[in-house]
Amino acid sequence: MLHALTEPFAQGLMQRALLEVLLLALVGGTLGCWIVLGELSYGAESLAHGMFPGLVVAALAGLPLLLGGAAGILVAALAVALAGQVGRGRIGRDDAVAVAVTTLFGLGALLALSPQTPVGIQSLLFGDVLGTSAADLLAGGGLAAVVLLALWGAHWRLLAVGFDRNGARALGVRSLAVDALLLGLVALAVLVAVQGLGNLLVVAVLVAPAAAARLLTHRLAPMMALAVLLGALAGVGGLYLSYYASVAAGASIAGLLVAAYLLARLGAAASSIRKGRAAAAG
Amino acid sequence: MSALVAASDLAVAYGGSPPALAGVGFDLRPGERIAVLGPNGGGKTTLFRALLGELRPARGTLVLAGRCASVPQTERSRLDFPVSALDVVLMGTIPGRAWWRRPSRADRAAARAALARVDLADRAGRTYGELSGGQRQRVLIARALVQDADVLLLDEPFTGLDATSAARLEALLAELASEGRGVLIATHDLEQARRWDRVLCVNGRQIAFGVPAATLTHDVLAATYGGAIVTLPGEDAGAPHHAILPPHHHHHH
Repeated sequence: MLHALTEPFAQGLMQRALLEVLLLALVGGTLGCWIVLGELSYGAESLAHGMFPGLVVAALAGLPLLLGGAAGILVAALAVALAGQVGRGRIGRDDAVAVAVTTLFGLGALLALSPQTPVGIQSLLFGDVLGTSAADLLAGGGLAAVVLLALWGAHWRLLAVGFDRNGARALGVRSLAVDALLLGLVALAVLVAVQGLGNLLVVAVLVAPAAAARLLTHRLAPMMALAVLLGALAGVGGLYLSYYASVAAGASIAGLLVAAYLLARLGAAASSIRKGRAAAAG
Repeated sequence: MSALVAASDLAVAYGGSPPALAGVGFDLRPGERIAVLGPNGGGKTTLFRALLGELRPARGTLVLAGRCASVPQTERSRLDFPVSALDVVLMGTIPGRAWWRRPSRADRAAARAALARVDLADRAGRTYGELSGGQRQRVLIARALVQDADVLLLDEPFTGLDATSAARLEALLAELASEGRGVLIATHDLEQARRWDRVLCVNGRQIAFGVPAATLTHDVLAATYGGAIVTLPGEDAGAPHHAILPPHHHHHH
């Protein structure tokens, strides 16, 4: 039994993958709580999908993915911001953003399907957590540290803005600056996570654990701790699944993250039914 | 005693637009409670934002001899937000702290003391959204107290409170004023306004300022609230009662 648990991690490839999923759980769990509380899930998904052309161009040109991803996110953020402005009043903001993001994603797909494209382009879409190199870990760890430090420092301002945007202004907190910081951190986190989980699955680690934890607790610190724990369990579980069932690691992790959310949803529903019954009986 | 707030011919505008509030002249002395009466959009919140330094006077002068802190309406905050009562009070320690600094031990002690001051020491760990309306209002008052405010700006603090909670809040405001603070209360409740020290009536401009008995005349109320005012027969013939119709709520600036 113990052997079955430790055997997969005897190889360096799996050890690096393990470190990578734990890193993602840490960043995704903590930042994810602010994403869920700030209702930024759609923004995170837009950034993740909109950066696709940047990743493809980096792959085609043989540049580091991190660099292509960063450029891609910058373009995506600009496109999303512009889309929100253009046609204001006549077209809903979400619709405009959806058009912009789909356009970028389509552009990425067009580039990805060109004859010059090197093999393995699907790892950009679905990630390649097992292909994590020591350099990837180092860069990812650095970016993750920046995200965690910024969250730690800006905690009270994030809290004040999330709690009451107008009231925060009276406390001298500029809500626009706090929003910009949060979106910047989301961009960094997407950049960290996209290597492991890919363009399509990255949002799962940023949203699902925090959304599940939100259903199970009413306090921020336990919510963050629970989200990190759920992310780590899904990450490690996904690696085992991938090793023993020979399924794609990224997809297994994303699947388990979504399963955790669904379980939390069921648990929350059961508990509210129980409470309702107790209230009716009492 | 010198005034905590002194406004003279004050006009306040948003950006380059015409003033949302003009011709304001009043003073708030330590220990005084002043009701700010006016319709929605009449300039009550604009005045508060000027006092908080968020809007600069477009004309006239506004002299502040003390620190102002806002006590917003409880329903403006997100009740589903995962914060405790103590967390909310600790938000009051943000001004003046560099963004990377966390609340110090002294900040936490001050926050607990402020909660005790509003009689909620035993609720420090409770989730804010689970508290009653009156308790939430007192938590927000504690948040203003932790800012060492000399002037409290309350935005319709009695809205939605039951009689017991309202009486308790009124007593607390009297206590806080008696300690030398100034209290400005934006309200729609005329009967309550009559019990404060002075009233300031605004509707885009200042309509009147003075002690309630002399100020809250039918003419002043008609000018403050436009046509939405009715006169009710008084319990004694000499003092007719006025009521405002309808005191409905929507977002004002």
